[in-house]
Amino acid sequence: MKSMSLLDELYKEIILRHYKLPRNYGSLETANVRVMGDNPSCGDQIELQVQTDGERIADLRFRGQGCAISQASASLMTDLVKGKTWEQALALEKQFKAMVVDGAAPTPELGELAALSGVHKLAARVKCATLAWNALEQAAQEARAQGKAPSKAGC
Amino acid sequence: MSYPVDMAFVTPRAIRQDFPLLKRHPKLVYLNSAATSQKPEVVIEAVSRYYRELNASVHRGAYTLSTQASEAYEQARRTLARFIGADEQEIIFVRNTTEALNLVAYTWGLRNLGPGDEILLTEMEHHANLVPWHLVCERTGARIKAIPLGPDGRLELEHLNTLLTERVRLVSVVHVSNVLGTVNPVAQIAQAAKAVGALMVVDGAQSAPHMPLDVRALGADFYAFSGHKMLGPTGIGVLWGRYEVLETLAPFLGGGGMIREVFVDRSTYALPPQRFEAGTPAVAEAVGLAKAVEYLQSLGMDWVWQHELELASYALKRLDEELPEVRTFGPRGPDRSGVIPFVLGGIHAHDVATALDQYNVAVRAGHHCAQPLHRKLGVPATVRASFYVYTTTEDVDRFIEALKRVREFFKDWI
Repeated sequence: MKSMSLLDELYKEIILRHYKLPRNYGSLETANVRVMGDNPSCGDQIELQVQTDGERIADLRFRGQGCAISQASASLMTDLVKGKTWEQALALEKQFKAMVVDGAAPTPELGELAALSGVHKLAARVKCATLAWNALEQAAQEARAQGKAPSKAGC
Repeated sequence: MSYPVDMAFVTPRAIRQDFPLLKRHPKLVYLNSAATSQKPEVVIEAVSRYYRELNASVHRGAYTLSTQASEAYEQARRTLARFIGADEQEIIFVRNTTEALNLVAYTWGLRNLGPGDEILLTEMEHHANLVPWHLVCERTGARIKAIPLGPDGRLELEHLNTLLTERVRLVSVVHVSNVLGTVNPVAQIAQAAKAVGALMVVDGAQSAPHMPLDVRALGADFYAFSGHKMLGPTGIGVLWGRYEVLETLAPFLGGGGMIREVFVDRSTYALPPQRFEAGTPAVAEAVGLAKAVEYLQSLGMDWVWQHELELASYALKRLDEELPEVRTFGPRGPDRSGVIPFVLGGIHAHDVATALDQYNVAVRAGHHCAQPLHRKLGVPATVRASFYVYTTTEDVDRFIEALKRVREFFKDWI
C-alpha cells in the first residue's frame, strides 16, 4: 500500500476548507468581463466574473462545479489576484503553473497557494488545479480585447 | 490450449493468473474494466505470434504467407460471428464501437434521413451513441427524441408507444448502460421499432463482453461492440449488420480492399463486409480478439454474467450496510451488470478516485462520456467501480475497506 502521506500532502486542511467554504464565490454585479472555463474530459466548469478598471483587477467572483482541487485553486486564486494589476496577476499565473505543471518550488508571492504544490505529483489532477488560472488568462485576453486591460506590449 | 476444462475449478483467483499485468501488480485492485479490460496471456501471445509467424498483406498477395494471413483474418471473422449468433459476412471489423456507430450514421443515416424524420435514443446513452446522430441531424434536418430515464435507473418504457411515431426512422439504444449497468429490454424495444418500420441499432459495448448474446434473437439490425473491453486488443471492434440491410448501404470509407472495379473517375464496390473495410485492416488485432473470444467461451458466457451479478450484488449489499454516506445509482435486480456508480457524500468523484488510488484501487471518476445521464441523476460526476472475469471477492473487500479509509480521511468534509 502506498503511504497516506501523498493524500495528506494533496488534501491539506486549507484546500478542503476552501473547497467547502470558497471565498469570492458567486456573481459580481459590477463585473465588466465574464468568461467560462471548462475541462471537457472531466466536466469541471468555472465562470469567472471580473471587474477591471483598466489597470487592476478591482474585484472578481467565481462560480462553478468541480473537485476539491479545482474549487480550492479558484478560491485561493481569486483571493490572491484581487486588487493586483493584470501584469502582476499574470506573473502569479506563471509562478503557479511552474509549481503545479513543472514542479518548481512555490514562490513566496503565491502565499497559501503553496498548499497545492503536491498536485504536481499527480499528472491526472494538474488540469484541475490550472482550470481557474486558465480562466484568468482568458479573462485577461478578453479584457485586453475590449481595451479594459493594458495591452501585452510592455509586459 | 491450456484453458480450464472443468468449470467447477474455475475461480476468478485462478483466472487472474492468466493476466500478466495483474500478476505483475498483485496489489492492484483493477475496477475499471468497463473502460478497458486487461488482456490474458493467450491474447498477447496470439498478437505476438501473428507478427512473428504470419505477418503479410491480407487479400493481396499470391504467396503462401499472404494466404495464411488472410485465412487467419477470416477465421477471426468466423469466430466473432459464432460468438454473437451471426453469419460471417455480416461481421464488419472496425476500430471500436464508436467507429461502428459512426459507420451506421454516415451510411444509413445520411442516406435515409431527411427533414421531419426522427431518431429515437435514450437518456442513458454514451456520447458515442449521441454525437454521431447530432452530426447526422445537422446535415439531414432530422430530429432526436429520447426515451426518459426513470429514478430507478431504468428506461421509462411506458412512453415508448407515444415516442414511436411513424416519423421515427431509426432507434438506437444502449444494451447495457456504461454508467448504471442497467440491462435494457432491447428485444422489446426492437419489436416496437419494427412495428413502425424503424431501423434498430444497438450499442453493445457493455453487453458483448459480459453476457451470452444472440443478435438475431434481439431483433436488431445493427449491433456494435469493442474488442478492448472484452480481453482483446485496442483498435479492433465489430459492427454486426443484418445482411439484407448491409447490401443496401453505400460504402463508408473508400480505398483499397472495398472495391470491385476502379476507373479513374468512378468505381464499383465489393459486397459486404469487404465493402466497409477500406485499406489494410487490423489483422493482428482481429486475431487477438478472436483469441479473447475463445478465452471467454472457455469460461462460458453464462458463468461470466453470473459471476458479475454476484459481485455486484455482494458489493451493493456491503455498501448499503457499511457505508451509509455512499449513494449508489442504477437498478437493483437481475437487470443490472457489474457496474457500480456512486458518490461519497459531498466529496467530488475525482477526489474520491484519487484517494482510492492511494490504496491501489483503480476506478474511473467523471461523467463517463454520459453527460445527459449525469444531468438527469443530478450530479456532475460519479465514481464508477466495474467488474470482470478476473475480479475477485477479495477485490471487492479491498475496495470497500479502502473506501472506508477514504471516508475517514474526508470525514470532516463529507
